[in-house]
Amino acid sequence: MASVTLNKINKVFGSTHIINDVDLIIGDGEFVVFVGPSGCGKSTLLRLIAGLESITDGDLKIDDDVVNELPPRERGVGMVFQSYALYPHMSVYENMAFGLKLAKTDKQTVHERVMATARILQLEELLERKPKALSGGQRQRVAMGRAMAREPRILLFDEPLSNLDASLRVQMRNEIARLHDRLGSTMIYVTHDQVEAMTLADKIVVLKGGHIEQVGSPQTLYQQPATKFVAGFIGSPTMNFMPAELEDNPAEGCRVRAKGIGALNLPQDASAQRTNAQLTLGVRPEHLRLAPAEGDNAFEVVNVEYLGNEVYVYLEPMEGRTLLIHRSEAPCQWQVGQRAALIADLACVHLFDGNDHSLAVRKTSAAA
Amino acid sequence: MNSRQLIAIAKRAGFWALIGVLMVYAIFPFYYAVITSLKPASQLFRVDYWLNSVDFSNYERVLTQGSFLQAIGNSVLVAVCVVFIALLLGLTAAYALGRVRFRGRNSVLLIVLGVSMFPQVAVLAGLFEVVRVLNIYNSPWALVLSYTIFTLPFTVWVLTTFMRQLPMELEEAAIMDGATPWVTITRVFMPLMWPAMATTGLLAFIAAWNEFLFALTFTLTDSQRTVPVAIALISGGSPHELPWGTIMAASVVVTVPLVVLVMIFQRRIVSGLTAGAVKG
Repeated sequence: MASVTLNKINKVFGSTHIINDVDLIIGDGEFVVFVGPSGCGKSTLLRLIAGLESITDGDLKIDDDVVNELPPRERGVGMVFQSYALYPHMSVYENMAFGLKLAKTDKQTVHERVMATARILQLEELLERKPKALSGGQRQRVAMGRAMAREPRILLFDEPLSNLDASLRVQMRNEIARLHDRLGSTMIYVTHDQVEAMTLADKIVVLKGGHIEQVGSPQTLYQQPATKFVAGFIGSPTMNFMPAELEDNPAEGCRVRAKGIGALNLPQDASAQRTNAQLTLGVRPEHLRLAPAEGDNAFEVVNVEYLGNEVYVYLEPMEGRTLLIHRSEAPCQWQVGQRAALIADLACVHLFDGNDHSLAVRKTSAAA
Repeated sequence: MNSRQLIAIAKRAGFWALIGVLMVYAIFPFYYAVITSLKPASQLFRVDYWLNSVDFSNYERVLTQGSFLQAIGNSVLVAVCVVFIALLLGLTAAYALGRVRFRGRNSVLLIVLGVSMFPQVAVLAGLFEVVRVLNIYNSPWALVLSYTIFTLPFTVWVLTTFMRQLPMELEEAAIMDGATPWVTITRVFMPLMWPAMATTGLLAFIAAWNEFLFALTFTLTDSQRTVPVAIALISGGSPHELPWGTIMAASVVVTVPLVVLVMIFQRRIVSGLTAGAVKG
């Protein structure tokens, strides 16, 4: 168990700057998930922590020691690879014992550790098998067992579930969460799947283009996304965005106008923005309500998706192209071609400035 | 019987006829060597395609010659050393060329390939100087040295290609487990590369076993010769007599180990040679 501190970490490959001034503190025993679209540098960041890539600039600390120059085996980290990368010619037992043997652990201890790990992961029946005789989920568990057997201070996971089918992925996700509760060790997990991130993490790190977009608990990221990118990345179906114009800045908040919705009085503080500034309004599909249309502010229902427990209603403003999604419980009375007025839950509406940064809610109005 | 069936039969017959021709073409010389070796000297120049009687006197004569047994010993020593050195250097070079990123990696690979393009005769004189300087003239080590030069390019290329196909994450997993490059090569990569190693090793063995020109040039005395030269220098009772029976018996004796080796490693050779053709 250990804490990890990243201090102005940079990674440059040739002329590409992959990781840009990343600062991050990962507490002892935390489950941290790096998430972001492909190419955002999340895997590279993990490999920098593992020691598989060298750090171009900055300090990486595990507990209080700078480990920039230490090889992986001396950092006390274990890693689970996306392809599992099990040694095909070794049995499950040998796979898990390999690292311990290389560390010149005595035979008795090797055996005890492997057996203990196998017990935790329910691999006892499979110890004599070769990887090719295992199912995907079993290989996944062996890969975790191999990483755990050396009792590393930090466990790293590089998109470990992406090779599994959907139902097995949910099952393994659950197993990893329980494993974390049981071991209590620090875990860093990379994924592009925001559902995995939301369900597993104590703390999510959203990366984009090599820098950290936002760090926070799943709840924080969902309720208070710092940028439009985070708002769009977290949550499924994704948040609805529409252009809005700032009309006025009264004392208790701001007044914006959006096509098809009309004027809205929002609690956000937009005093730094010019009047008539172009902003972006963000509302999650679950925070939109529909009502029969009256007057000009209306949307047309263009598609209705029935998912059994819920319904997605796709809407387009009478003029303009922005496609919105409304999400509600099934059944739903809306049909394609109908006109609907949107009622947004004003406490759950987000407002982003011209640089896609979120505008904060005015403290005074929140207190009142 | 209608015409379609006739055509099918004709096609089948043609197919087997073609196979027959190829078999005869490939095997007949060796078959004739075996036959000749089993004939007594008196019948040597009668052209027979079938064996009428079996006579082992040629084999007796070959195997009781001390210098021939010595030559076999030399050949085994040279071939085994060449295979061992070629695989060791080839494997480590393949790791460097296939796995380590460094400037000029491709140029090194091309130079390695270029070395194997020179005809033997072209390097003979230069190599002779090297052999003389190293003071290994007229010893098997001169042959080990020169054969290794010609075996390594092929070995390095095949093993490098093979090594590149092994997943990167496998090596990284070994690094995470605390393996040094040497441990990674010997305990993770080597067990996975047996097919490629069997193939290249066997081809290196055959090349070293059959080589003639260097063996003739770099050895002087009977006790240092390898089999191909020893066979070529087998002479009869008089300068005008070539003892074909004995020569053929000797040839058969030295070919059999190769055939046995190929049989043993047959499957591995095939999987080694086709590795990389399709992703397995």
